[in-house]
Amino acid sequence: MSQVRHLIEPEDFTLEELMQLVDTGLSIYENPSQYRKVCDGKIMASLFFEPSTRTKLSFDSAMMRLGGQVLGFSDASTSSTAKGESLADTIKVVNDYSDLIVMRHPKEGAPKLATHFATIPVINGGDGGHQHPTQTLTDLITIKRFKGRLDNMKIGFCGDLKFGRTVHSLIRTLARFGNKEFYLISPDELTLPVSLKRQLEKQGVKLIEVRYLEDVVEELDMLYMTRIQKERFFNEEDYVRLKNTYILNRDKIRSAKEDLIILHPLPRVNEIAIDVDTDPRAAYFEQSKMGVYVRMALICKLLEVGPYARG
Amino acid sequence: MLEVKGIQNGIVIDHIKAGNGLKIFNKLLSEHIDTPVVLLMNVDSKALGKKDIIKIADVFDIDLDILGLIDHNITVNIVRDSKITDKRKANIPEEVTGLFNCINPRCITNSDAYAVPKFKLYEMNGSAEYICSYCEEITKYRL
Ligand SMILES: [Zn+2]
Repeated sequence: MSQVRHLIEPEDFTLEELMQLVDTGLSIYENPSQYRKVCDGKIMASLFFEPSTRTKLSFDSAMMRLGGQVLGFSDASTSSTAKGESLADTIKVVNDYSDLIVMRHPKEGAPKLATHFATIPVINGGDGGHQHPTQTLTDLITIKRFKGRLDNMKIGFCGDLKFGRTVHSLIRTLARFGNKEFYLISPDELTLPVSLKRQLEKQGVKLIEVRYLEDVVEELDMLYMTRIQKERFFNEEDYVRLKNTYILNRDKIRSAKEDLIILHPLPRVNEIAIDVDTDPRAAYFEQSKMGVYVRMALICKLLEVGPYARG
Repeated sequence: MLEVKGIQNGIVIDHIKAGNGLKIFNKLLSEHIDTPVVLLMNVDSKALGKKDIIKIADVFDIDLDILGLIDHNITVNIVRDSKITDKRKANIPEEVTGLFNCINPRCITNSDAYAVPKFKLYEMNGSAEYICSYCEEITKYRL
């Protein structure tokens, strides 16, 4: 048997593999009925040590649409962890109950630890503020669907670029695909971490930091919005002042390109005004839909079934 | 100068930055070693100005990684029958397992007994910086 593969961070896959996942996800999206039974008889354990309804539903839906079944829990307080069981013991047990594990955990590095005790594939569904690789896959498939490519784009990231792990992961991955220029739109307090900037600039990536979206919006092929969280600020005043600067509304995209796409990892609170939803450039609801298809492709890959069947 | 007899058999840990000798002794040696040990402090040194030296009788094995982590100028001389038979230099280890903790409070290695902290050398920035293989946070090693 071949060596079991995991997805803990996007770097676990080569560019070719990422590209193939995206393309497979798009094929499934176009022709879902062909894949209805490829996971027949397979069980996915979905272990959510902290709640994340959206991610869990997306994974569960993906497995069910492939004809597989799902077991698990959506909150650590209802699981044996609440009684003090170690992660290692939980994984060893679940390993025998299922064919694939998806886990979300508040501690950073927990999914990596799980791989030491699992003989079946483990997917990281988010570990603290560290990694969330299937969000990156979701972003990639959405970009590919709407733009037809993953490289050679002018990309803007707006909002909380300091703590937003989805942003860090996506920038790193898009840089791997050869995108050499990023517009970073954020308040002083929430700029991209210096270590990541250093890393990117070492790879020859140009980072253009600005304070206001209006200054660069007409340049962009893609705009990635993030949520600015209140708890990131020292005082209420700063938060209120900045929050409004980084709310996207129809006014701010008036001069943007016609084929711009606007992404957001969701859930949104108020950083995108609802009047943007009906703009044809708003792609964020399509994005969360595409997340199911790329997760279907990922499950097939790790279980080596359907389009990824061997032999 | 204060005279201290050399050892016949054992090791001499030399070129320790003055002040680190006692820390090395306390952290690494006091528990494990029951043979005679001499700790010399503030000895004149051409290279360092002042240095510390530790001599341990009848011990030949010492973890150079740990010493390198503390101070990469350290040299270790192996003495047999009053002659130096081998000279080794402490290295800054490329990989470290279990010797120190990750600084990230949210890291799994700080909350799960199964997760032994494991690091790779990231950069030498004055002191060695290590990147955690679990959470990717960077920890500076300090004695
Ligand atoms: Zn760590």
